[in-house]
Amino acid sequence: MTLTEFVISTIVKILVVLGIFSALAGFGTYLERKILAFMQRRLGPMHVGPYGLLQVLADGIKLFTKEDIIPQNSVKPIFMIAPIIGAATAFIALAAVPLLPEFEIFGITVHPIISDVNVGVLFVLGVMASGLYAPLLAGMASANKWGLLGAARTVIQLLSYEVVTGLSIMAPLMMVGSLSLIDINNYQSGGFADWIIWTQPVAFVLFLIAGFAETNRTPFDLLEHEAEIVSGYATEYSGMRWGMFFIGEYTNMITLAFLASLIFLGGFNDWGFIPGALAIILKVSFLFFFFLWTRAAWPHVRPDQLMWLCWKVLLPLAVVNIVITGLVLMI
Amino acid sequence: MSLEQFKDRNVTQNYKFIPVDKPPVAPMDKFKQVVKRTFRGELFVGLWVVFREMVKFNIHTVQYPKEKLPISPRYRAVHKLYRLLESGYERCIGCGLCEKICIANCIRMDTRYDENQRKEVTEYTINLGRCIFCGYCAEVCPELAIVHGGRYENASEQRAHFVLRDDILTPLDFLKEGKQEEFPGFGAVSPNADERIKKTPLAY
Repeated sequence: MTLTEFVISTIVKILVVLGIFSALAGFGTYLERKILAFMQRRLGPMHVGPYGLLQVLADGIKLFTKEDIIPQNSVKPIFMIAPIIGAATAFIALAAVPLLPEFEIFGITVHPIISDVNVGVLFVLGVMASGLYAPLLAGMASANKWGLLGAARTVIQLLSYEVVTGLSIMAPLMMVGSLSLIDINNYQSGGFADWIIWTQPVAFVLFLIAGFAETNRTPFDLLEHEAEIVSGYATEYSGMRWGMFFIGEYTNMITLAFLASLIFLGGFNDWGFIPGALAIILKVSFLFFFFLWTRAAWPHVRPDQLMWLCWKVLLPLAVVNIVITGLVLMI
Repeated sequence: MSLEQFKDRNVTQNYKFIPVDKPPVAPMDKFKQVVKRTFRGELFVGLWVVFREMVKFNIHTVQYPKEKLPISPRYRAVHKLYRLLESGYERCIGCGLCEKICIANCIRMDTRYDENQRKEVTEYTINLGRCIFCGYCAEVCPELAIVHGGRYENASEQRAHFVLRDDILTPLDFLKEGKQEEFPGFGAVSPNADERIKKTPLAY
C-alpha cells in the first residue's frame, strides 16, 4: 500500500465513521425517547413523520438554527470550546476501535478500523476519559452555580470510576497479553465458549458499571441530574453547542458498547450461524438497549454513594479479581 | 361505600404500620446489608417490570387533537342558552338572577318589554374570559334557560370572541331538527328528576 492510498483510504474511513456515527447518535436520541416511552406506557414522538421518525431531523433543524447564547459573565473562549471537546473526543476514541470484521468491496480489502494502534484499549479509554474535560470546563466557565456543581460532580465521577475501569479491564488483558483490540477479538475466535465473559464475569460487571459512570448514564447520571442541579454543566448551553454535548454522549455510549462487546462478548467473530459483522451489531444494539433499559428502571445514586460504591466495593473486587486471575495464569 | 360513610368526619384512619428496620450501625452489619441488597436481585425485578410493560404494549397515551376522552354530562364548560321547544323563543325570561348571582361579575344583560308585554332580552353576554365556571348561573336559572355544555376548547385570537352570544344560543335550525337535548349539561334537569323530588305537604 502506497502512502497516497493509505492517506486516501484513511480519510474516506474517517468521513464514513463521522457521518455514520453522528447520524447514529441522532437516531439514538429517537430510540431512547421511544423505548423509554414504551416502558412508561407512553407513545413517545408520534407527530413528525411516520411514527415520529423525522423528529430527529426536526430537532436537528431546531438546534442548528437556534441563537447561540453565550452568558455575559462566562469565560467565553472556554465556554465556546468545551462542547467541541466533548464531541471531538467521542469521535477520536472511535479511531482505534475495530467496528466490523475485514470485508472486500470493489476488489479492495477494507479494514474497518481507522488506525490499528497496538495500545488500542489504552487509547480509547484515555481519550474517553479526557472527554470529561468537556463537562468540567463547560460547568466552570459558564458562570452558573448549577454549572459549577455539575463540574464538581464531574471530578467526583472521574475520580470514582476511572480506577475501576482500568483495574477491571486489567484481568482480561492479562489473559490476552495484548492491548490491541484486534488481538483481544482474535483471542475469542473459538466461538461462544471462548468469550472472555465466561472466564471474567466479575470484570465484565465491573467494566459495565464503570462504563455507565463514564458515559454518565442513569444510575450514575450525576452531572446533569435535573431534580438536583437543573441541568448541571449544560444549564447555560443551548442550540448547537448543547447538541454537541449530546452527540458526544451518545457516541460515547456506542463506543462503550463496542468496547464491551469486543473485550468480553466475542467481538466480531462469527457466532454460530450469524456472520461476524451482524453478530457485533447485535451485541452493540443490545448493550445500547441496556443503557436505555436501566434508565427506565433504576433510580439515581447520590454522588457520595457513587464514591462509596467505586472505592469501597468495586475497587477491592477488581483487585481481588486481578490477583485470582494472576494466580490462575501462573499455575 | 355508602354516602353516610363519606359524610362521617369522625373516622379513625386505618393506617397500617409497616415496620422498618433500623439502619445498621456496626460495620459488620452494614456489610451484611450491602451483601444482602446486592444478591437479592431487586435491580433485576425493576428491569423485568419495565420490560414487561414494554412487551405488553399497553399504551395509555391519548393523542389529544385526534382522539378525545369522553367528559361527564355534568362537566361545567362553556354555557348554552336554550330555546323553548315548540315556539323557538328564547327560554330566558330576563329575570336577571344569573346576573345577580354571578360571583365573577361576568354576565351582563339588557331587557325591555315587547309589544305583548313579554319581557325580551335584548343583550346577553357572558364574558368567558372572566367566568370561573362555578355553575351558579345554571343552578339559579328558574327556566333552565342557561346550562353548562361540554365545549371546553375555547381558545381564540381575540378576547372579543369570548362574549359572543350567538355561540352559546341554540341555533333555530338546530332546534327544529330536534337536536336540543334536555339533559346535556350542568344546571339542567336530570332524567330521573321526578323520582328525586320530595313532594311538599301541600300536595296531599
